[in-house]
Amino acid sequence: MDPSDALEIFALTDPGQVRSHNEDAVFANPGQGLVILADGMGGYNAGEVASGMTVTLLADSLGRQDLRCMSGAALEQLLRTEIQAVNQAIHQAADSQPQYAGMGTTLVMGVFHADRLLVGHVGDSRCYRWRQGNLACLTRDHSLLQEQIDSGLLSPAEARYSQNRNLVTRALGVESVVEVELTGYDVAVGDIYLFCSDGLNDMVEDEDIALTLQTLAANLPLAGGQLVQLANDNGGRDNVSVILVKVKASFKESGSWWRQWLAWLK
Amino acid sequence: MDGLVLKEINLEKERITIGRKPHNDIQIDNLAISGEHAAVVTILNDSFLEDLNSTNGTLVNGQPIKKHFLRHNDVIELGKYKLKYLNDTAAPVADDYQKTMVIRPGGIRPEPPAPAAPAPAAAQGPHSVAPPSPAPGTAAQGVPAAAIQILNGANAGKELPLVKTLTSLGKPGVQVAVIARRPQGYFITHVEGAHFPVVNGQTLDAQAHPLKDHDVIEIAGVKMEFFLKP
Repeated sequence: MDPSDALEIFALTDPGQVRSHNEDAVFANPGQGLVILADGMGGYNAGEVASGMTVTLLADSLGRQDLRCMSGAALEQLLRTEIQAVNQAIHQAADSQPQYAGMGTTLVMGVFHADRLLVGHVGDSRCYRWRQGNLACLTRDHSLLQEQIDSGLLSPAEARYSQNRNLVTRALGVESVVEVELTGYDVAVGDIYLFCSDGLNDMVEDEDIALTLQTLAANLPLAGGQLVQLANDNGGRDNVSVILVKVKASFKESGSWWRQWLAWLK
Repeated sequence: MDGLVLKEINLEKERITIGRKPHNDIQIDNLAISGEHAAVVTILNDSFLEDLNSTNGTLVNGQPIKKHFLRHNDVIELGKYKLKYLNDTAAPVADDYQKTMVIRPGGIRPEPPAPAAPAPAAAQGPHSVAPPSPAPGTAAQGVPAAAIQILNGANAGKELPLVKTLTSLGKPGVQVAVIARRPQGYFITHVEGAHFPVVNGQTLDAQAHPLKDHDVIEIAGVKMEFFLKP
């Protein structure tokens, strides 16, 4: 089945209650089973430029590929290459134009491919999976806080009170090369995937995210709106973005052997 | 000891030692204090307290600790001496608060947001302190309690308290609506099904609808009353 028939996708981004502009960017291409979310940082409008570049460049370069007929390994290689290219583009723009100096962005993206999900991320934007009543965070933040938790300096409970929020240890555009984390997962019908910027998970407890997905699974736009509203009701101190993807049917590529063969001929 | 603030110390250094010997950053010349008693390690806006195997131990809020992540208003006790840890960067001073920044290994200084200096003050004194950073997810706490009472059918008379941020009503696959508990009050929204909820005889649209005390809601043939709890 085509990903656009098998997946329901809803994306929403909001400046929040405090910030005057939105440095988050979201993108979804249901036909390719592709979702991208970026949370920019940097002075003036540089954060918007970095996140906007990331989403536009990736959507464009991946949009020219037929992701469906690729092997999992080829897809992973393609994502690595394209994310590196975006990293360089942002890094060069930041280096050559003083108003963009120091800009960068987080990235979390997913490609739904042959009943699998390939998640790529850099920084502290996250991907959660809601499956049969359980909410699991699939990504591990590249942040100072996460490193402190990993090293045992802080417990996850203490981390909620840390004043060192929002310090990421990796971001796109900051150095000439970026280390990308890519992980593949099996997808099950009924799963809901949530991609979000830290403006959501910093303001809304996991229990409330889970309650929202459980209660509003039947109405994805309402669920997305409710998550953003929860973040804003709790203070909305940052831009908040969500992409929700519901798996309605299997999307294993049928007749993929000849498509792969065609792709190989090209 | 007598409730007076003896001294305020800004945690400007990465590591501040406390002890009886003169080379400590904070010297407390008292026999109950070990030569090197404890240290406060500050990483950007967070501070950690470590007991340096002192003879008489270090307490935080009455509990003995070896290593402790300090939170705003924590009271540290060494012998008869008390130090209070204050970290009011939690107050949203600047618009820049909580802006995401990159920290790179290898000593590039990431300027911390809103660098209001964390300051432990010697002795417990009358301080004007900023409220601590609220844990997320507590905003709707100030909303009055409310509940739904079923008016007809098999469950007539039953009460359903609206304690969570979302409470769903109706039958999945037939008609479902949800009541959201928000700082501004309670709102009902249609979730699924061909029929929309009816409130006081009026059929709602897809928009969230604010609920008033004693509103009568009808979903999937069941009538219920929304009411605020005194």
